[in-house]
Amino acid sequence: MDQAIIGSIFTVIVFIAFIGVLYWAFSSRNKDRFEEAANLVFDDEAKPNTKNKQES
Amino acid sequence: MNETTQVQPNYNYKVVRQFTVMTVIWGIIGMSIGLLLAIQLFAPALNFDIPWLTYSRLRPLHTNAVIFAFGGCALFATSFYVVQRTSQVRLFSDKLAAFTFWGWQAVIVSAVVTLPLGLTSSKEYAELEWPIDILITIVWLAYIINFFGTLVIRKTSHIYVANWFFGAFMLTVAVLHIGNSMAIPVSFTKSYSIYAGAVDAMMQWWYGHNAVGFFLTAGFLGMMYYFVPKQAGRPVYSYRLSIVHFWALISLYIWAGPHHLHYTALPDWTQSLGMAMSIILFVPSWGGMINGIMTLSGAWHKLRTDPVLRFLIVSLSFYGMSTFEGPMMAIKTVNALSHYTDWTIGHVHSGALGWVAMVSIGSVYHLIPILFGQPKMYSTSLVNVHFWLATIGVVLYIVAMWMSGVLQGLMWRAVNADGTLTYSFVESLEASKPFYILRAIGGAFVVAGMLIMAYNCYKTIRAPKTDTVNDVAVATA
Repeated sequence: MDQAIIGSIFTVIVFIAFIGVLYWAFSSRNKDRFEEAANLVFDDEAKPNTKNKQES
Repeated sequence: MNETTQVQPNYNYKVVRQFTVMTVIWGIIGMSIGLLLAIQLFAPALNFDIPWLTYSRLRPLHTNAVIFAFGGCALFATSFYVVQRTSQVRLFSDKLAAFTFWGWQAVIVSAVVTLPLGLTSSKEYAELEWPIDILITIVWLAYIINFFGTLVIRKTSHIYVANWFFGAFMLTVAVLHIGNSMAIPVSFTKSYSIYAGAVDAMMQWWYGHNAVGFFLTAGFLGMMYYFVPKQAGRPVYSYRLSIVHFWALISLYIWAGPHHLHYTALPDWTQSLGMAMSIILFVPSWGGMINGIMTLSGAWHKLRTDPVLRFLIVSLSFYGMSTFEGPMMAIKTVNALSHYTDWTIGHVHSGALGWVAMVSIGSVYHLIPILFGQPKMYSTSLVNVHFWLATIGVVLYIVAMWMSGVLQGLMWRAVNADGTLTYSFVESLEASKPFYILRAIGGAFVVAGMLIMAYNCYKTIRAPKTDTVNDVAVATA
């Protein structure tokens, strides 16, 4: 196989992979999962002002 | 001591504190060296005829100090912090964390010693000689093991998107550093790259541009995806967009390097490929920027009262601006005008000072009170003063470099009817002088802001600890 063929196959594979990512990201099955993940930033917050305690 | 509930595990904040404080200190040192260099360009006598203080030796020290010392410490601090908070578990290993901190400081100190001595491999952003390169590799592996180890033992079911960006940054930087630094030592302080000619150039800019793409972008996007939602008090605008953003960004960036080598000995098709990939890169870059800024949707009023949030959001504006400018400059015909001129310097600094430094500064202002048990920074108005100094400084800097750069590009390409050059090089240098002075003024603004930050952080750290719950009144200064 010459370089052009390999390049073409690679391009198609990457394209399909990207469509796969889009499908995974936007499929309604994953909606709740991702919403949960988006809120991870706030999940470990303790009551106001207790979270700043020293340790170690 | 921590009387934690299940909600708040016993996090390792020690290493985060160490790196956060060093971020501020190395920021001041690195940017001050930059300011000295900026002044040297119109007042060359300021090298005092001492070889160690010449532009050629201090310039790599400036770039290493701001990228790897200031930016690096900010990345270590925030990644160790974010991975613990979003995995709800203490770091995988405290010993590795301590090793990472002291090892990285040793790397920086080695750079501070060797670069002014003129010991350099002369590869841009990879100037450090081979013994230091090996130390970097060991420290970096410790960092990777600790970070991914923490993800493995996490208590949450998801890996938050910020950690994806941090993880991609770590893995790619390891590959880049090892790949580009391959060299044959001839003595303890001298080595030669195993690559030669155009291959060496391609390796160098594969490394160089991905240092921008992964060290200075992916890592700081990780920062953005945690600290912007946290400071705004609302989750990221679209988590789904962040997933597409991640995969698109990391799969495109790696191809953009050849745009540093337009019209060189590099094969033409490689240059064109690099150009095409650089242009497409605009899309994920702006996707990420919009995702960050739109997180504030419905809460724009917070920008009026919260200068920390303003730092974070303005950094994203600079990110958007420089990721529009970058693809444009990667177009060969634009590059023919912009390359080797100050336009490039302006572009780098709108990314480095506007985006990287401002998002780091915002994150540090968010972190310092939390890490040192204070309800907030010692002075919010000083944060505000810093914000305006930084913003005005960056704008002065990049406007000066745009004007100087376009002027240089036009003067260098001007030819007379008989084909001879219209201007000598020194004429273009003279034309740039006023802009060099303006740039130094902008740089002075930025350094002044950093000094105010250091004072504000010092006062916050030194303030009496607020031990009691809900004792907010104490730190209203």
